[in-house]
Amino acid sequence: MSTETPSAERSAASAAAPRTLAEKVWADHVVVAGENGEPDLIYIDLHLVHEVTSPQAFDGLRQASRQLRRPDLTIATEDHNTPTLAIDRPIADPTSRIQIETLRKNAEEFGVRIHSLGDVEQGIVHVVGPQLGLTMPGITVVCGDSHTSTHGAFGAMAFGIGTSEVEHVMATQTLPLKPFKTMAITVEGELRPGVTAKDIILAVIAKIGTGGGQGYVLEYRGSAIRSLSMDGRMTICNMSIEAGARAGMVAPDQTTYDYLKGRAHAPEGQDWDDAVAYWETLKSDDDAVFDAEVFLDANELEPFVTWGTNPGQGVSLSEPVPDPAQIADPNARAAAERALEYMDLEAGTPMKDIPVDAVFMGSCTNSRIEDLRAFASIIQGQKKADGVRVMVVPGSARVRLEAEAEGIDKIVEAFGAEWRFAGCSMCLGMNPDQLAPGERCASTSNRNFEGRQGKGGRTHLVSPLVAAATAIRGTLSSPWDLAQDGGDAVSPVTPSTEEVAV
Amino acid sequence: MEKVSVITGTAVPLKRSNVDTDQIIPAVFLKRVTKTGFDDALFHGWRQDPEFVINRPEFQGATVLIAGPDFGTGSSREHAVWALRDFGFRAVISPRFADIFRGNSGKQGLLTGTVTEEQVEALWAAIDANPGVDATVDLEARTVSVGDVTFPFDIDDYTRWRLMEGLDDIALTLREEQKITEFEGTRAAWRPTTLPAR
Repeated sequence: MSTETPSAERSAASAAAPRTLAEKVWADHVVVAGENGEPDLIYIDLHLVHEVTSPQAFDGLRQASRQLRRPDLTIATEDHNTPTLAIDRPIADPTSRIQIETLRKNAEEFGVRIHSLGDVEQGIVHVVGPQLGLTMPGITVVCGDSHTSTHGAFGAMAFGIGTSEVEHVMATQTLPLKPFKTMAITVEGELRPGVTAKDIILAVIAKIGTGGGQGYVLEYRGSAIRSLSMDGRMTICNMSIEAGARAGMVAPDQTTYDYLKGRAHAPEGQDWDDAVAYWETLKSDDDAVFDAEVFLDANELEPFVTWGTNPGQGVSLSEPVPDPAQIADPNARAAAERALEYMDLEAGTPMKDIPVDAVFMGSCTNSRIEDLRAFASIIQGQKKADGVRVMVVPGSARVRLEAEAEGIDKIVEAFGAEWRFAGCSMCLGMNPDQLAPGERCASTSNRNFEGRQGKGGRTHLVSPLVAAATAIRGTLSSPWDLAQDGGDAVSPVTPSTEEVAV
Repeated sequence: MEKVSVITGTAVPLKRSNVDTDQIIPAVFLKRVTKTGFDDALFHGWRQDPEFVINRPEFQGATVLIAGPDFGTGSSREHAVWALRDFGFRAVISPRFADIFRGNSGKQGLLTGTVTEEQVEALWAAIDANPGVDATVDLEARTVSVGDVTFPFDIDDYTRWRLMEGLDDIALTLREEQKITEFEGTRAAWRPTTLPAR
């Protein structure tokens, strides 16, 4: 088959042809099939809204005297701009306050359910959807946020959109879209203790590059993916966009159903049975053809870390900072040179020798309860390194309460770290949680772009386990290094030697 | 939306790859609730350097941006398109665009044309030979020219048609409202609803 023809078009041409998961979900949402190169009109099951990308869309509706078509398929929360301290007080920054107040007014005017600061369901939009049971297999999910790909972990087709598209969905509950191509990312094997979903996705992005997924929807498959929890699968799908793909998906299975069952908006009774019967069909057919395929060996993976200013610039933590002179492609070489200058790093420096000023544990990539548990399991009974600022920001108010019920807040505070309220926080520094110029941060977030966490700030993307070990040692570290230090707080991580750390 | 056909104006060479939307407009500038007023925020970090290319006198008033591969990666913020447009850009040429950025551009009348990496290098060379030279981006002919150098660029037929006609997507879709309503009638009961809150 030609790689030029988007696969959804191929399958439309032959209904009996074997199909991928993405093609099945797409086909079940086509309202009007596009002809002569026109896009398909795709129905949207769930529209998530937040304060930053929605005000101009609501305004557009008002100007055109249009209604919000389906308030009952729309939900809003406050996350990007919200403070993570003193949330009971008025927001200090007047422009942030106006943006939040605008969302509240718009939600009231258009009848949109909203979870505001102080509400137990408030939090990062990509944490809130799954925790309410609104995110489920086989649906389409959009949000004016590129990390909407997170929801693909359930076998949903979920992708970020711009504000014009937000307005379009508000007015029509549909989007005109060209079919995506499909890419299988197969990860086989067993992760070693201390290696997590975050390391898988950082390794995938390093392998295919920040543009490798452009035009594709990624399907993550293989034994290493199947053995991940929903929180781990969300971490992986979340960062699909960092490989250039608008969407990433994992076929639903018992893990998915167990996560969903009993959540507030999960189907019940006969609806549940009907849903599961349908969800069971949402697997790529055995002989389905992907437009591209990528393989990764989970057995070989190590804790991973970025050294540069895009998420594809990453290496295993045991490696040194790469030498741009060794990079053949001139654009990639120039980008690496610029990145090292910005990051103030020298080629050849072992990654583990790099000291940090801050550790950020949070973001839609890694702020769910399991992420917090993993972080807490490493820092329990330890003290943070002198001079390192450590901030822990749960993904939602509910996650925060759940963590507090388990005593995680006490572990965090005893460690010397800050326990904050929920929101996007230092992932993008729209609120006061920012790096100072020149500060270096080990961050469980998703983007190491220049200035992302604060003007002049330097970001190394890491897993929660690496963030925890780094906070203890003060230099980029994994739990394997703690074991070598003779620490006893590394359970469940087994000790490692240089030989193991291939 | 204003119709787009031929764009002629000063061309700026942005010799960087992976120009993400955080560079085009940092997050701290996303707090406005309007679609305009973002020109000062464009490339805010890089513009602090007086030598940064768009600060140079010969490129003032530019309308065509010619950039390295993977332009517009990262965040979905349409503010990146608004900032480029507010600053005066009408077209961006690059070997590769991030999907969301390209989609946002098409809906806001910003033309995005794709050429090869070699062609971008040649366009940069033509500008370097004559800084401040005009580029012409012809949407009908699908060509970009700087001086004597002319290349065809790629843009998908549907986006080109919408740009040339200045069409509003929502109005186009609402012509199909009957079909949307019919589709909604077939929606399974298990599919999610946010209201009433449970």
